[in-house]
Amino acid sequence: MREVIIIGSGPAGYTAGIYTARAGLNPLLIASSVEAGGELMKTTEVENYPGFPTGLQGPELMDAFRAQAERFGTEVLLDDVIEVDLTGAIKIVKTGGGQTFEAKTVILATGAAYRELGLPREKELSGHGVSWCATCDGFFFREKTIAVIGGGDSAMEEATFLTRFASKVYLIHRRDTFKASKIMQERALANPKIEVVWNTEVAELLGEGKLSGIVTRNTVDGSTKQLDLDGLFIAVGNDPRVWLVENQVELTAEKFIKVEGRSSKTSLPGVFACGDVIDPTYRQAITAAGSGCVAALDAEHYLADVK
Amino acid sequence: MSAKSVTTATFQADVLSSGKPVLVDFWAEWCGPCRMVSPILDEISAEHGEKLTIVKVNVDEEPALAQQYGITSIPALQVFQGGEVVKSIVGAKPKPQLLADLSEFIN
Repeated sequence: MREVIIIGSGPAGYTAGIYTARAGLNPLLIASSVEAGGELMKTTEVENYPGFPTGLQGPELMDAFRAQAERFGTEVLLDDVIEVDLTGAIKIVKTGGGQTFEAKTVILATGAAYRELGLPREKELSGHGVSWCATCDGFFFREKTIAVIGGGDSAMEEATFLTRFASKVYLIHRRDTFKASKIMQERALANPKIEVVWNTEVAELLGEGKLSGIVTRNTVDGSTKQLDLDGLFIAVGNDPRVWLVENQVELTAEKFIKVEGRSSKTSLPGVFACGDVIDPTYRQAITAAGSGCVAALDAEHYLADVK
Repeated sequence: MSAKSVTTATFQADVLSSGKPVLVDFWAEWCGPCRMVSPILDEISAEHGEKLTIVKVNVDEEPALAQQYGITSIPALQVFQGGEVVKSIVGAKPKPQLLADLSEFIN
């Protein structure tokens, strides 16, 4: 029986690992087999993580998080949790690799998964012109015409990054203002390869076997237009990843895991949650890390009380 | 053992003319998900190598091959049989899912 199992390996999960390991709790951190390191593995330059005044690459930051967690004895398992039973005093966690673990506490740091547009054939064209990862796929659009959908920081970052490859990047947003931070907006707006298309959403994906374009719809007057494209990058936000636990712990109306006040306490004793899976508002690497620390301290107090 | 790298020069012999199905892993250094999939493919190769050959194409070094096979997203895993692409898997997937996707070649 373990004292603590942490599910997730973004800034929240690894920070929970650092703190619980330093508390002598020998945490097992189940990191995922192919998504270990979380969202930051897909970003390039991270400029706003305090302590790194000249910035660093997202994957580099996550390698450092992992190394720090392991240094104090966090056991990192590259496997996927496929089932949990968190309702009893002994928590049961099963992995895709076929292992079953038991623990007194579980820290949920499962983050958020990218949101789809919800259009017909979106899945079929995924990897054939439709993408959610500019850093993974931008390379294949050298001298091509592409569009980025979204208005937040990740849409700005993707559009700006993609101008390294593409000859033209349309930045399509359904409103007339961006939600992104000022510095990211200014960078995108100043880029001569980026053309912003306001008040517009994607109505249809075109192309057989491979994306050839989209039909756009104006959100103000409803008019539609065809736009020829080689690639479409979707950055319309993320949804908290709660499918593992949604029938066991209480969720908020927006489907985030519900926690008590400023703590990480979920509706189940011994189950704590942190990072993007509880956060509809801030969703930064640094806030996730802070939240992972809170969960570790809450788990530590809980274990001290049940002893 | 890690998978053999193939190039434009060796693609015909190593992939297209192979008597066995060949899984080609299109990857790059800068692709985080590719790095996660790579050790899983090594495991599958060790377990099922007699039925399925696994090779790698570095898309930075071999852009022409990536273009020829319509790669716009990596990791991309394409299974060749008799010189034709018979299966295409896009994106990093956990081992149980990859084994399920590849079941027709390894069982």
